[in-house]
Amino acid sequence: MNWEVVIGLEAHVQLSTASKIFSGSPTLFGSAPNTQANAVDMALPGSLPVLNRGAVERAIQFGLAIGADVSPRSIFARKNYFYPDLPKNYQISQFEIPVVLGGSLSFSVDGQPTTINLTRAHLEEDAGKSLHDNFPGPHGEASTGIDLNRSGTPLLEIVSEPEMRSAAQAVAYARALHNLVVWLGICDGNMQEGSFRIDANVSVRPLGQKEFGTRTETKNVNSFRFLERAILFEVQRQIEVIEDGGKVIQETRLYDSDRDETRSMRSKEDAHDYRYFPDPDLPPLIISPEWVAEVQANMPELPQQLSERFAQTYGLTEVDTLQICHNRETAAYFEVVVSKLPTNQGKLAANWLNGEVLAALNRDNLDIDVCPVKAEQLAALLNRIVDNTLSNKIAREVFAAMWVGESGGEPDSIIEAKGLKQINDSGAIDTMVDGVLAAHPAIVEEYRAGKQKAFNSLVGQVMKVAQGKANPQQVNEALKRRLDC
Amino acid sequence: MTQILNDFPNIASLRSALDSRKISSVELTQTLLNEIAAQTKLNAFVDINTELSLAQAKSADEMIASGSATALTGIPIAHKDIFVTQGWHTTAGSNILKGYKSPFDAHVVEQLLQVGTVSLGKLNCDEFAMGSGNEHSAFGPAHNPWHPKVVPGGSSGGSAAAVAAGLVMAATGTDTGGSVRQPASLCGVSGIKPTYGTVSRFGMIAYASSLDQAGPIARSAHDLMLMLDSMSNFDSRDATSIQTCRGVANQHGRVKQDFTEHDQRFQNLGAKPFAGLRIGVPEEYFGPGLDNGVAKAVEAAIAQFEALGAQRVSISLPHTRLSIPAYYVIAPAEASSNLARYDAIRYGHRTEQYTDLTDMTARSRSEGFGAEVQRRIMVGTYVLSHGYYDAYYLQAQRIRRLIAEDYQAVLGPQCDVILGPVNPTVAPPMGKTDQSPTAEWLADIYTLSLNLAGLPGMSIPCGFAPGFDGSSLPVGLQLIGNYFEEGQLLALAHHFQNTTDWHAQRPKHSEKGAV
Amino acid sequence: MAINASNTARIAKLARLHLSPEAQQLAQAELNQIFDLIAELQAVDTTGIVPLAHPLSMIEEVALRLRDDAVTAPGSAAERKRLMQNAPGQHEGLFLVPKVLE
Repeated sequence: MNWEVVIGLEAHVQLSTASKIFSGSPTLFGSAPNTQANAVDMALPGSLPVLNRGAVERAIQFGLAIGADVSPRSIFARKNYFYPDLPKNYQISQFEIPVVLGGSLSFSVDGQPTTINLTRAHLEEDAGKSLHDNFPGPHGEASTGIDLNRSGTPLLEIVSEPEMRSAAQAVAYARALHNLVVWLGICDGNMQEGSFRIDANVSVRPLGQKEFGTRTETKNVNSFRFLERAILFEVQRQIEVIEDGGKVIQETRLYDSDRDETRSMRSKEDAHDYRYFPDPDLPPLIISPEWVAEVQANMPELPQQLSERFAQTYGLTEVDTLQICHNRETAAYFEVVVSKLPTNQGKLAANWLNGEVLAALNRDNLDIDVCPVKAEQLAALLNRIVDNTLSNKIAREVFAAMWVGESGGEPDSIIEAKGLKQINDSGAIDTMVDGVLAAHPAIVEEYRAGKQKAFNSLVGQVMKVAQGKANPQQVNEALKRRLDC
Repeated sequence: MTQILNDFPNIASLRSALDSRKISSVELTQTLLNEIAAQTKLNAFVDINTELSLAQAKSADEMIASGSATALTGIPIAHKDIFVTQGWHTTAGSNILKGYKSPFDAHVVEQLLQVGTVSLGKLNCDEFAMGSGNEHSAFGPAHNPWHPKVVPGGSSGGSAAAVAAGLVMAATGTDTGGSVRQPASLCGVSGIKPTYGTVSRFGMIAYASSLDQAGPIARSAHDLMLMLDSMSNFDSRDATSIQTCRGVANQHGRVKQDFTEHDQRFQNLGAKPFAGLRIGVPEEYFGPGLDNGVAKAVEAAIAQFEALGAQRVSISLPHTRLSIPAYYVIAPAEASSNLARYDAIRYGHRTEQYTDLTDMTARSRSEGFGAEVQRRIMVGTYVLSHGYYDAYYLQAQRIRRLIAEDYQAVLGPQCDVILGPVNPTVAPPMGKTDQSPTAEWLADIYTLSLNLAGLPGMSIPCGFAPGFDGSSLPVGLQLIGNYFEEGQLLALAHHFQNTTDWHAQRPKHSEKGAV
Repeated sequence: MAINASNTARIAKLARLHLSPEAQQLAQAELNQIFDLIAELQAVDTTGIVPLAHPLSMIEEVALRLRDDAVTAPGSAAERKRLMQNAPGQHEGLFLVPKVLE
């Protein structure tokens, strides 16, 4: 039996607002329990929700970035169920009319361009946290602790169409979505802290069958690796169930990373009857075309557009731009560098950024926004390659010195201090070449005998004499002239 | 027993006395606290904090002495136990909140404290504002000062009783289906439910969010005006709070200014202040089910309006009857969700014995909530549940629109104000617990549709009619206006009260006290 | 529309109400009476009528007012104490509930 896998992903993205979605409490991570929860977050009698403009703005940005429709009028609804980390015992969410509808995300899977359509994205509030350590209850009983700091943090729930057909595709989609929300600045993307969580809806069906199989939902996966493992396990499990003559039960599951398996969750909500109805405390959210236009005007260029622009303007390849456009800071750095170089030197800048700079950042575990070598400084260095003051090799030496701030980090000062100026004078080079030829007759013989390798050896010897500073091209030419006459 | 507030027919007269130092707020407050203590049988109050009341009185006296007194400074009031208060317990009339101390004050409480009122305590009410007789209270029923064995009305029974008994000059109440207007009517005092969104619901324990609205109860329309003006303004903490309505800003001074303009207009018309005014009288309000005595008193009041120059117009509000099932779908639905938070986790009653979390929550709720509340939660849960939502909840909201449209068809095109009864009978006897759950609900027929439409409505005393045990009990006249027309309603009522004295009648006291 | 015992039990569970067998029977009877009253709604033809969720929308557009993204309630240990003063069970700043198994 050939099976087809059908996957849809729901991402819960914590929005990067300063305050919560319906209250003025802060949204910081890791504070002492319940010190970031006010009367509204604790659902004290008489408390009421008031919507945060920043959350809406970020939803609009997202909608525009994926080419979706931003609803001019959307409704907040109550999703009613009892759970201790849900203080009102209903979650304020959006049901029938969400803030964003449609849209799509394009990315690559193993070099293959792919586009996945999105169903919708809506605003809702996050729940608090349950700590399952055995705290002592009022009668001494083993108790769970409830921390409502997270309760009320704004979430954007992003739902994809069930168009993914492999774990690899699903993970690539999740990564692309993650990149986008971080790029836009609407989410800090910190999966360890729960800023970006994925629920995977997985089902299988015999290849060629039109109807979808029964799906299960694996909730709250917070790493791409676990996402892949969870999907693979779930697919295998479902196939085995069916092949054994059983039926897949529609249920919610959790991924256990210790055992690398998914298991059924004890039901969180009975009977899944959420009794959605429009929240009477919140009138309809109206988003005017003017507001959308304003947000659009302030949107950063998206990675896709930026990639294409760099590729066109500077003749870069997709591989080049993929790295550069990985995040906004790197792209911005690149733009500053190229702006100070002659137009045809984009490739040089790209090579250096993707090479020396990123390697050094990785080695020292730094982000590009605290890079010791500023973009202007790198440009100055690269200009010295362009004008032949330095060879690429020597430039790397200078770069290393800039990195640790020698001579104030300025390339020219370092070149001066270390005497690294490239030797371009043909007379000087001729003299060195003559000296080397005279000193190494055996190698000259080998070259005359036809051994090309001997030529490189001679070049090396000249470079040794020149302490690496001779213009390599000129050395080559000078040697050739002497030898081939 | 003489009562101190008998010397002051209205807030203005008390203001005079306070300003001229004939009496101090502290003296007045102490006297009232004593009177309240002597009238525990009335059961109007459920929490007293002597120290705090006197401290507020002291501050009021200071405001008066420094010349910065407002119209309400030093005036003794009290708050329905639906409003959260830091200085008094808040229970919403329920065992589930026994002992609850709120860490913040309701907007209404803050606003009235700011202008220097003195709060005498928290007032009894039907549990979570669900009821029309104040018999569904965990604290026991409040009594009607007019007769010991009839209900004061509800859910703001304690508020109306306290004002009628002369224990406070005014009280705050809440009106979701008539709970300010009806008890005011049954207790012979005045009450107003303003346009939905006029008074902030921040700090008002929610029953049915799209219907709930706070309103004052007092001895006269002018007193109501003073109270409402201080209670009503835009509050950013309530997303349903009005900023502007029909181009007018929701702020302190609006009601007063509006009232004054209409008042002046009426005054200028001399002997016929209501000349040119069209009074709509709904034919559906005068059918079978309306007690004769009540009908007589209401008709007489309408005749009085006509005598003052108004023109009576017969109108139709065809969907009146449907307001009952519509309300009893929408209100319980919203309530079932609003009351879900009472789960014994962050506050509230927690049961002693339980097997697990679900058991703890369910037992705590069923021990803490009274029968009427549990009944409405069940109904509400049902009408929102899968398969019933469209046929019940959405259907009720569609009918809600039809009801609201009924009013828009007449208010303006056919009449300027609507007059009618508030309750089909005078105060019914207490203790009618054997009737079906819906029997009580049917009496809400004249008040519910106003909450569904969000319109403002008032109740003022307009006479008496025979009641239980040969008594003569108060009858209320309802005035209904269009959105944000509180000023006009109050001015109309004020002029009516200038030419009648129903509102000045006080329940007689026996040697044993009022009840 | 008749409400039976199993409906009643299901609703009670959804609403987290603990009904003894007698209470459940009474609730069932009462619910049926109530639904007889409410049934009147079904008979009304409301085709094309939009539900009225916010009453003031009868005369003007009611739009959700937004607040600026700013921290107005910074929180602290002292504030937490005030807000948690009514908690039936608490431990080191956490609300306590009987153990929940996920």
